[in-house]
Amino acid sequence: MKTHLDTVSSFIVGLIFGIGLIFAGMTDPSKVIGFLDISGLWDPSLAFVMVGAILVGLVAFRFANKRTMNFLGGAIRLPTKNDIDTRLIVGSLLFGIGWGLAGFCPGPALVALGTGAPQAIIFVLSMIAGMALFEGAERLMRPRDVDAKPSDTPATQQ
Amino acid sequence: MTLDTMHFTPGMSLLGGLLIGTASALFILANGRIAGISGILGGVLRTTADDVEWRLAFILGLIMAAPLLAVFVAPVVPTIDASPTTLVIAGVLVGIGTRYGGGCTSGHGICGLSRLSPRSLIATLAFMGSGMAIVFAMRHLLIHS
Repeated sequence: MKTHLDTVSSFIVGLIFGIGLIFAGMTDPSKVIGFLDISGLWDPSLAFVMVGAILVGLVAFRFANKRTMNFLGGAIRLPTKNDIDTRLIVGSLLFGIGWGLAGFCPGPALVALGTGAPQAIIFVLSMIAGMALFEGAERLMRPRDVDAKPSDTPATQQ
Repeated sequence: MTLDTMHFTPGMSLLGGLLIGTASALFILANGRIAGISGILGGVLRTTADDVEWRLAFILGLIMAAPLLAVFVAPVVPTIDASPTTLVIAGVLVGIGTRYGGGCTSGHGICGLSRLSPRSLIATLAFMGSGMAIVFAMRHLLIHS
């Protein structure tokens, strides 16, 4: 039963997250680009999204740091990785270029998929292709790591 | 820099942010996981994935948000100006970049900054910086057709 509770909870959290993204204006690429366009007509709304989310997040993670078990009886998995390396910086720079080009980041793109917008379908399929390319490259580069320690990878992804 | 007062929505954006924060709080406390969308989606594609169920449930929740609002509040109509070619290039870059950099706007930008993680701060500055740079290049350096 525990796994099903986990699934139901994930669905509800995804739904709240998605509604939040819509209210915030994040699912509108023109608004996202309006935020990134600091030298033009700048719309600072998305800074308010960050402030609102982080205000709640600061309290929640402070509380989570003191706990080891989650409410459903499983472990609390906080990221353990601290290194600031080339992967982090190059990956984030590439992500930012894609984000600025289309005005979509992963969450809002999946929410926009629910509106049936054909552009969102194109973006999400391309994003999944990009992620699959990454998986393939990782397997080619470090086949032993992937096979020997499959449980190591999830904790490093945020 | 000029403020775009016509599109500025501080109240709704703050409310949306509070909801996103609440969802992230619920996820770490109830499910014990970081609400990082690129990680949740990317994890489905791992050949060793054995925890696909909760990941797909989360993604389904995201997808159902717009149809739910359409029924009870108002239809959600995003304004997407990018051409199909741009969308493909952007999508692939976002897919590779978020996986290589270990997170996106949610995992690094919201959860990471909430955890006061220096790693996530660097990631957030990097993607905001390159995002602003590419928008500057597209809007102010290149001539629009």
